[in-house]
Amino acid sequence: MGKQITLKIDGRPVCVPEGVLIVDAAKQAGIIIPVFCHHPKLEPVGMCRMCLVDIGRPQVDRATGAPVLNDDGTPKIGFGPKLETACTTPVSEGMVVWGATEKVMAARKDVLEFLLTSHPLDCPVCDKGGECPLQNQTMAFGPATSRFILDEKNHAAKHSPLGELIFLDRERCIQCARCVRFQDQVVDDPVIGFYQRGRNLEINTLSEPGFDSIFSGNTTDICPVGALTTTDFHFGARPWELTHKPSICSQCPVGCNLTYDVRREAKSNGKTVIKRVMPRQNEEVNEIWLCDKGRFTYTYAESPERLHQPLLRKDGDLVSVSWKEALNAASEKIRAAGNNLVTLASGRLTNEDLYAAKTLAGVTNSKLALYSNMGGGEWATRVGLSAGSNLGDLKKGSVILVIGSNLHQEAPLWWLRVKQAAQRGTTLIVANARKTRLDKFASFQRRYNYGEEVETLRSLFKDDKETADLLANAENLVIFYGSDGMGLSHTSALAETCAEQLVKTRHFGRTNNGLVPVWQHANDQGAAELGVLPDANLVNTINNAMGLYLVGVDPVGDDPLLKDAVQRAGFVIVQELFLTETAKLADVVFPAQAAVERSGTYVSGERRVQYVGAAVPALEGTKPDKGILSEILEGIGQPALPATDKEWFALAFPAIELAKLREVKEQVPAIGGRDASYGGTASKNTFGLGVHLPLVSSQNVPARCAAPAKTKLNNGDLLAVPITCLYDHGQLMDYTPLLEKRMEPGGIAIHPAQALKLDITDGQTLKIKLNGEDFSSVVKINLEQPEDVLLIARSCGIPSSAPTGAENIASESIKERGAL
Amino acid sequence: MSDLILLRHRDIPGLNQLKTYIANGGFETWKNVVTALKPDDVLNEVKNSGLRGRGGAGFPTGVKWSFLPKTIWPHYVVCNADESEPGTFKDRELMEFNPYQFLEGMMIASYAVEAHDAYIYFRGEFAEIERKIDERIDELTSKGYLGDNLFGTSYSLRIHTHLGAGAYICGEETALLESIEGRMGQPRLRPPFPAVAGLFDKPTVINNVETLANLPYILAKGAECFRENGTPKSPGTKIFSLSGRVKNPGNYELPLGSTFRELIFKHGGGILNDAKIKAIMPAGASSTLIPATEEMLDIPMEYEATSAVGAPLGSASVIVLDETVNVSRLVNSTVHFFKHESCGKCTPCREGTYWMSHITERIESGKASKEDIDLLQTVASQMQNKCFCALGEFSIMAVLSGITHFRADFEARLEK
Repeated sequence: MGKQITLKIDGRPVCVPEGVLIVDAAKQAGIIIPVFCHHPKLEPVGMCRMCLVDIGRPQVDRATGAPVLNDDGTPKIGFGPKLETACTTPVSEGMVVWGATEKVMAARKDVLEFLLTSHPLDCPVCDKGGECPLQNQTMAFGPATSRFILDEKNHAAKHSPLGELIFLDRERCIQCARCVRFQDQVVDDPVIGFYQRGRNLEINTLSEPGFDSIFSGNTTDICPVGALTTTDFHFGARPWELTHKPSICSQCPVGCNLTYDVRREAKSNGKTVIKRVMPRQNEEVNEIWLCDKGRFTYTYAESPERLHQPLLRKDGDLVSVSWKEALNAASEKIRAAGNNLVTLASGRLTNEDLYAAKTLAGVTNSKLALYSNMGGGEWATRVGLSAGSNLGDLKKGSVILVIGSNLHQEAPLWWLRVKQAAQRGTTLIVANARKTRLDKFASFQRRYNYGEEVETLRSLFKDDKETADLLANAENLVIFYGSDGMGLSHTSALAETCAEQLVKTRHFGRTNNGLVPVWQHANDQGAAELGVLPDANLVNTINNAMGLYLVGVDPVGDDPLLKDAVQRAGFVIVQELFLTETAKLADVVFPAQAAVERSGTYVSGERRVQYVGAAVPALEGTKPDKGILSEILEGIGQPALPATDKEWFALAFPAIELAKLREVKEQVPAIGGRDASYGGTASKNTFGLGVHLPLVSSQNVPARCAAPAKTKLNNGDLLAVPITCLYDHGQLMDYTPLLEKRMEPGGIAIHPAQALKLDITDGQTLKIKLNGEDFSSVVKINLEQPEDVLLIARSCGIPSSAPTGAENIASESIKERGAL
Repeated sequence: MSDLILLRHRDIPGLNQLKTYIANGGFETWKNVVTALKPDDVLNEVKNSGLRGRGGAGFPTGVKWSFLPKTIWPHYVVCNADESEPGTFKDRELMEFNPYQFLEGMMIASYAVEAHDAYIYFRGEFAEIERKIDERIDELTSKGYLGDNLFGTSYSLRIHTHLGAGAYICGEETALLESIEGRMGQPRLRPPFPAVAGLFDKPTVINNVETLANLPYILAKGAECFRENGTPKSPGTKIFSLSGRVKNPGNYELPLGSTFRELIFKHGGGILNDAKIKAIMPAGASSTLIPATEEMLDIPMEYEATSAVGAPLGSASVIVLDETVNVSRLVNSTVHFFKHESCGKCTPCREGTYWMSHITERIESGKASKEDIDLLQTVASQMQNKCFCALGEFSIMAVLSGITHFRADFEARLEK
């Protein structure tokens, strides 16, 4: 622990570690020093001058170095001639700080008067009103009237879009530079910057598309005025009308804590709807940040295309029926299928949903598989992260290895946390077949060819002179593995190899050590913990099944191979949000509740189980997945499963009480609550921080597994591998009009050298044959990938579950466009 | 004082030609420094000379150099050639007509702090001067005065030039560093000071052109000789840029301690049309106005004495006002200047200079009331001691002193 410093702020003794800034020390002691430009997660700048305080230091005799004392023996305190900024001054022993004096109060009033000279009186129409630091500080410290003449106000562009997600009101901006510093220092996307000088200093975006950063929404949380607002929440509601519904993001395995801010409104015909999404502070998971995907993809739940009535196929057509009729029909089929039923579950289901599916599979003695192309779950439960683990604690001496994952696109907040760990001194090793956004923070980068993941990992631990010792002797070692360019067999083999090495080097079973899978869904880890694993021979399994029960999955829409198999099944029962391609072929369709409509728990890839709260009442006519499964169980003569969250959770994870997930502890820095100035509008976490699951112990030790066979390529073929893009055309993304412009234009990325060979340019259409099927897609030219590989983005229209050979590659001929 | 030390080109025509400069002893000192002296010898000589920075702050140069830690490398020397203070035109004359002297000084400074790379930052408007200096640097390199292993020693030195783009704030040393590093010219937080973490985060010396131009003389003749001019606390000669309502405006090199009277009346020829002198601005637009009383005229122009009367000498750009100058008009000018040049980083300067400029404009155009004069004073006072850097702090000086000493000028503009 560092040296502790004792000082006095407003007469109160405060004790904090050395190096802490006065503003932060005051905050920790519950004393508020007003700020605008300061933010506890950004480098201090001392720009706004709001935090000016009177600072006195114990006087020291220049000649002897001895402290100067008063008559009564106390140290003589000398105050500077000028007030100093508390946000740039670190504490020192014996310091005396006064914020509550006339002089300081006058300074605060003066600074506010300056800020308010050209700040427009927009409060009645400004989104920030009600949670605005400028409003709050003006009420607390500011002048009631302005001596500035209204006509002389500086006018600037209002409602200026920085890209289509963020509006900038240049008149409201107080030039605090929080947004610019956040983009530069925290998320390494310096796409906005200052332009001009003096009174004309304004924010501009330097990227095309504008404000091209997947973290842009965070700037609207930390902007201390209504200058930066999201188009999503623009003119949406007043903050005091909103009820904060704490929950967990369902988009990726990080499990960011957030709140859905909801309001019952006349505009929505009396319904309670989500108006916006705010991060919820959890310093161990996502701190106070969200990526834009998590922040903006919630509108799918309100789509008019939501299923809200059960459907039953009668005389060849799907017709709306009652729940009773649909459940009866489904139960009958399931009873008839017996152990020839195959249930496929989605990684987006909660633990409780999965437990119910597991129960069903258990009582019918039938197969349940996780619908996923990423394996390794069985190792992650044994050598994954455990109690006390926190990426924010990793520093010099620790090592993080990221292999086969493009973290920035697969799990943005992990990219951020790993980057920060590297900047704090953690040794970062990044191994991938192509360049990723994490490379520049890595101490060591390793390139390999797609398909060589297993050999590469072994080599890092054994032959690689630079990394072998480092990995073996690391104080802590965390390995992230993803699915960049890999399918089930490659990820499974990679996971087992990682587990093998972690066991060998004894980096498991203790805090901050272990394997983190970068899953493709929010609760794939939960599925693994419950023993619900993917099927390596899915097509076969489906072919041999008498009937299918598909819970939240769309194999028909995903892959023609699966489509064939599904079509041949005896019956298909689907539990879904929308009428997907699979649902269209089904015999029974149950309308399920969306993630924001039901509560439950998820396990993040870090093995933290967190409580997912419901935000809005469920769409009329829908039921939660676990509820439907429970009624099916009843329908086949089994006891129903319990109704309360607490009971559900006790079944799924008997070792932990649900209440434990709801425990909170003080977060440092303390953000949210009633003080919007200090850290922004992220909400305070009073709902729960989650808890790590205990590791699963097992007889099975990871063994030296064989590397998967090389993908066979015929002459003229190119290797086509699956990758993940954040803004893909996944089901939930497709119903988010706000992010439409940012979604991947097509499914295929090729290297410029390859483009030259194929005579194709950016935006043109490429035709390929994959596994016997023809596909065509708009092409994206990408320099940062291997020359002879096609990258196929998942969920963008072209099925891509594993590396495969692409045949008959052809571009649309220029000739077809006719002569000039 | 007969021998000019800085404006030597006025005695020696063609001194801006290398061969003439060399013929008059040029670069002999440089050679001696590199081959016969240790860096600390040079530093101590400069320290002993008591030379104070000529850019405006007046900080003892040798002392500044000694702050550079010998544990962090490399060291850099940066020459501040961003001369943008209104009323200051001394560096320009030096760079145009006696360029090799300040270059030699810069080289000596680099040697003293063991820097191998030095930078000259020119204001954007000096593009032509920069071009010529670039040529001269090439010339010096080809003659072996700059480059690798100078005079057969292990010491190497390169000088790089960098052109600004028209911002006064880039004369502020940390904003200057930001500008060289390719960022917006906004001042940095201090601490850390440039001497410890400056250019590219390394220990850096930043000196004014005129400061550097003194160094060849100090190293050639010695600290004691240097001290023969000027006063004990402000030794040496200074170039005073005299302008305003005088008969003979221009640069005058005089010993520090010479009086305002001497500069204005003896050298400057007195006031135009023999009008009555009204006020002196000793530090360009950043000045506190000195009412030109008999007492004030006899104040010695040196750092201590001027500070004592609340009107710091600054860069010694003496602007003279006479009875034909309305101080309100003057203040409107200076305020507009600062408003235009404010970088915008800190609230008081950004908003305050903007506010003041509107008030002074209204006063000047006869659209103000008596309250506006009080308001102007209040706004200026409100900015005081709150700004991030000196620009904001100095922008109010002319305003406050103007209203204090010449309120009648402002009232004259009000509607009758």
